[in-house]
Amino acid sequence: MTAAVLSPLIPFRSRRPLPGFGLSLGLGMAWLGVVVLLPLLALAVRAAGLGSDGWLRAIHDPRVQAALKLSFGAALVAALLALVAGAIVAWVLVRYRFPGRRVLDALVDLPFALPTAVAGIALTAIYSGNGWVGRFTEAAGLKIAYTPIGIVIALVFIGLPFAVRTVQPVLEALGHEQEEAAASLGASRFTTLRRVILPELLPALLTGFSLAFARALGEYGSVIFIAGNKPYATEIAPLLITIRLEEYDYNGAIAIAALLLAASFVCLLAINAIPSLFAHERREKPHG
Amino acid sequence: MADSNVDGALHSPTWLRTALIVLAVLIMLGLVVLPLLMVLGAAFGEGFKAWWAALREPDARSALRLTLFTAAIVIPVNAVFGTLMAWAVTRFEFRFKKLLLSLIDLPFAVSPVVAGLCLVLLFSTTHGWFAGLLETWNVRILFARPGIVLATLFITFPFVVRELIPLMQQQGSDEELAARSLGAGAWTMFRRVTLPNIKWGLLYGVLLCGARSMGEFGAVSVVSGHIRGLTNTLPLHIEILYNEFDSTAAFAAASLLSGLALVTLIIKFWLEARHGDALAKTHRRH
Repeated sequence: MTAAVLSPLIPFRSRRPLPGFGLSLGLGMAWLGVVVLLPLLALAVRAAGLGSDGWLRAIHDPRVQAALKLSFGAALVAALLALVAGAIVAWVLVRYRFPGRRVLDALVDLPFALPTAVAGIALTAIYSGNGWVGRFTEAAGLKIAYTPIGIVIALVFIGLPFAVRTVQPVLEALGHEQEEAAASLGASRFTTLRRVILPELLPALLTGFSLAFARALGEYGSVIFIAGNKPYATEIAPLLITIRLEEYDYNGAIAIAALLLAASFVCLLAINAIPSLFAHERREKPHG
Repeated sequence: MADSNVDGALHSPTWLRTALIVLAVLIMLGLVVLPLLMVLGAAFGEGFKAWWAALREPDARSALRLTLFTAAIVIPVNAVFGTLMAWAVTRFEFRFKKLLLSLIDLPFAVSPVVAGLCLVLLFSTTHGWFAGLLETWNVRILFARPGIVLATLFITFPFVVRELIPLMQQQGSDEELAARSLGAGAWTMFRRVTLPNIKWGLLYGVLLCGARSMGEFGAVSVVSGHIRGLTNTLPLHIEILYNEFDSTAAFAAASLLSGLALVTLIIKFWLEARHGDALAKTHRRH
């Protein structure tokens, strides 16, 4: 039964067959406006009010530049690593059956459920000089905690569920038909992976990467413990915002925050644009 | 010839299978399970008594109370407004719907610290937009409970509504239209048709929202002011203890939040296994 069939049956004359449009949209928008949009608007307006002078001063600060470089660089590396690790985990979870598979599947969400501060102190304890892993790596000359490597590890931890959970449903839906077709036409396993599976997975991989990158760029709690927070070396941009705030340098904090917010917008736009981009490409190919 | 090729491509040889499974298990053990073990090991390293003493300390108890207080406000607010928003988005057509959907996702992408800063720019008594109003009414939002609640609301905004939208889209409005055509009032329709249909999805969203609201750190850290015994949530309490080198107490508090995360995962696992049909398709695991 569709809306068109049922609407004449509805007792009172109403353009919309279901009730509550004004109420639900009105209250929903009020909630969105007060909780999310108004605060973000405050930042946008204050950032616009900085003027070219304020912006130049903020951006030319070498400490800000170092923090932004570190944040973007570490987020990029971590999102790529999380994507590779996540794709392997998703593949194994979807394609193979082995004891403990469901437990492994449930554990994927742990970084999502574990509070970031908890993850932060745990990772620091593991990778610092006397930690379970750190003592071996430092004996071998590799310092992890309080270096950018530690930051990347924390960000991979945070990004992993995003990568797994975007790739997994696509792999599940992929089925075997196309692979069977490719194989029966003589394609090797590697060719099938490269020419059949990867193109199908590409939108999900890009989405997973964007999600992990956006999350990593803004991440604070899991990073600040393991980072060491040395200015110019291991100080991430979100931390520098809080430092500027504590110094009552509001304009300095606003400038960094506005840049991070702009980067979030770009990530969000990319995530939203990815499906339609690929749908377009597929329409153009007659038998794709 | 072709047959063996098909078989070969579809069934990975045992060595490759084993290697990939081992690799995936190692990734998960090293990256995800190890930190959890670390928390438990460090929390109970000095015995159950030290763990219990750390949690019985007055600052720890007040931090736990504030965390629960925040969750007790944030979860119902998100559940009610999330349901309303999902109803509007899935049952009606209107302009700028796509834009609205993107805006709902915003808090997922915004850094928690940026969210906290935004609230400072609104409610700071020296630099905020509402500084004058706050002074007239003599209310404190920043460095007080309302700021912590607002920051947590911002961060957890999408969880319930994002869970309900795909679910209600899949279910469609046929049953609700039938109820209406049989003469059901708006509230009866919601209570007897909509709510039973979405209850497991709602619970799923509430679960994720609750976990995040009790664990939120960055946004709350900016607006809380870290006043011991007053505006410290459990995650902030962990930070203070850790920075004071009171590692056992920090990990004891952390173990409490880890326990919460594990309970969340177990309920989530149960929901997916038992009520997968009543969740959005992406969560169904058969």
